[in-house]
Amino acid sequence: MALINLTSITKYYEMGSQVVRALDGIDITVKKNDYLAFIGSSGSGKSTMLNILGCLDKPTSGQYLLNDKNVEALNQNELSQIRNLEIGFIFQSFNLLPRANALSNVMQPLIYRNIGLRQRKQMAMEALSRVGLTDRIDHLPNQLSGGQRQRVAIARALVTHPSILLADEPTGNLDSRTTVEIMQLFDELHKEGHTLIVVTHENEIAQHCQRIVEMKDGKIFNDSRTEKDSMRVAV
Amino acid sequence: MFFAFFESSRSALAAIYANRLRSFLTTLGIIIGVASVIAVVSVTGGMSAFIGDSFASLGANSLTIQSYTPFEDLMKGIRSRLTPADLELIEKRGVGIASITPVLEANRSSQIKYGPQTAYSLIMGTTYAYQEVSQSYTQVGRFLAQSDNLTRRRVAVIGEDVRENLNLPENPINEYVELSGEWFKIVGLLESLGDVMGQSRDNVVLVPYSTMVSILGNQAQTDIGIQLSLTPTANLDVVISQLTTLLRNAHDLSSNEDDDFRIQTAEQLMEQFDQILGTLTMVIGGIVSISLLVGGIGIMNIMLVSVTERTREIGICKAIGAKSHHILMQFLIEALLLSLLGGLIGLATGYGLGILIANNIPDFPPPSIPLWSIALALGFSGFVGVLFGILPAAKAAKLDPIDALRYE
Repeated sequence: MALINLTSITKYYEMGSQVVRALDGIDITVKKNDYLAFIGSSGSGKSTMLNILGCLDKPTSGQYLLNDKNVEALNQNELSQIRNLEIGFIFQSFNLLPRANALSNVMQPLIYRNIGLRQRKQMAMEALSRVGLTDRIDHLPNQLSGGQRQRVAIARALVTHPSILLADEPTGNLDSRTTVEIMQLFDELHKEGHTLIVVTHENEIAQHCQRIVEMKDGKIFNDSRTEKDSMRVAV
Repeated sequence: MFFAFFESSRSALAAIYANRLRSFLTTLGIIIGVASVIAVVSVTGGMSAFIGDSFASLGANSLTIQSYTPFEDLMKGIRSRLTPADLELIEKRGVGIASITPVLEANRSSQIKYGPQTAYSLIMGTTYAYQEVSQSYTQVGRFLAQSDNLTRRRVAVIGEDVRENLNLPENPINEYVELSGEWFKIVGLLESLGDVMGQSRDNVVLVPYSTMVSILGNQAQTDIGIQLSLTPTANLDVVISQLTTLLRNAHDLSSNEDDDFRIQTAEQLMEQFDQILGTLTMVIGGIVSISLLVGGIGIMNIMLVSVTERTREIGICKAIGAKSHHILMQFLIEALLLSLLGGLIGLATGYGLGILIANNIPDFPPPSIPLWSIALALGFSGFVGVLFGILPAAKAAKLDPIDALRYE
């Protein structure tokens, strides 16, 4: 069963008199427990792709089925609900709430599900222990290192048990050692059964994935399986 | 809904607390506005309660008739007068009157002497009926008697203040004081009546009416006041209209001429004072509510800044599932809490100011805050918060998540 099914998705922006075709006829299917990387140079449309997949933005035309649900026609509030229930975002700049401590940041998405404080705390603690940050729960984001901040962000994405984890250049602001740690965490999450979609321009990051989708000028240029995938299949 | 409200309040409080100084400065406008309103209302409220008490003691059932000369006539040298003939007329033909007395004020000198002491006081010529009409009785000695009037006796009944001012003994009966060059024997000391509107009602000297007439001399110019009290069954309005007709006929006024006299009741006086006080409160309240408006604009301004500042946060919240109403509620409640907090602080400050004012002005009544003003102050500041919070909150709620996330 396909988790995500995009058919002829386009996204056009009007810049003055010019029409920019950020996405120009995308067809792609993502299965459950896929580990997929979108790569491409800047301006290739991979960020727009992520916004559409993450239900942050609506396509100009085409059909987007998420869990067999049509999402391209939903309004902003319905999209908010989909994001809350189905999608876990991991951003390059972490995007934590600066005035809230690690625990509160992880609990935040549960507020929009009307979950009470006690249960929120319990679920957040589970997510934080999954990323190995139980000892820093009362630290503010600016008291944490980059790697720790990204772990909090990953915990926040995991806490809602989403169908997909969407990561936008997740290691772009991290040093090489932390990058390895975070990518190892991603690999583990994949093994646990999560579906991960990573947008990156670094080939080494993409090599962690099973499947690499190369984008160019708003179109899918190449869609290939990596060795990792074939290894797994072989096993 | 309740859940969202509760969570929004929690995060709004956190946001207010995080920017303590700014929050305080923002609400300063509301604090000053509410404090001024409450200070004004508490002071005038105290005064109004006090005036009400004072007038009740004046005797609600009595009437005062005085001549009235319009300013224009005064310039022409015309003076309206009430004469002893008017008094006689009312005595004979008036209905519903329990007792009636003329009051003739000394128009030349109100000096009284006792030994080396000199004092000034309100000297009135009146009759025995005055005590019933004005509810003033003697604590020592006797009141003026009918025979005093018939024989123009030189006797006086004095108020407590006069006794004190002249250094008269505790019991001043049978002492002599000098009024307009004549010696008067004190026959009675009035009970103390206290103040009305800061004016002592104990600084009076009462002498027999006919004695006063003879002291004043020129009878042709006599302009008397008439005080009367009503029988318990009499209707005030009926009595007033009957007296008006009587006096208009006696003064030969044609239907297009105004009354040349005024009939006043204690109640009317009280209503007038209340009206003046009410208008004063309204005017000051109106001016002060402008400061509340300014305070509200201040809150709106800061909330707009706050929305811009937190654009990225709003984007994050939306990305992880916040709907428009979550964001709207959070900012609206923040504005509401800001102004309500301001209202509460203002309430306390205003009451403190009221006490301060009342304590620093001698003889000033203690402040009293009516419940409606508390409700109004809090309600109004809450209203201001919501009113001026809506625009920034709506702006925040409308933000596009992608744009908001990209905001630097």
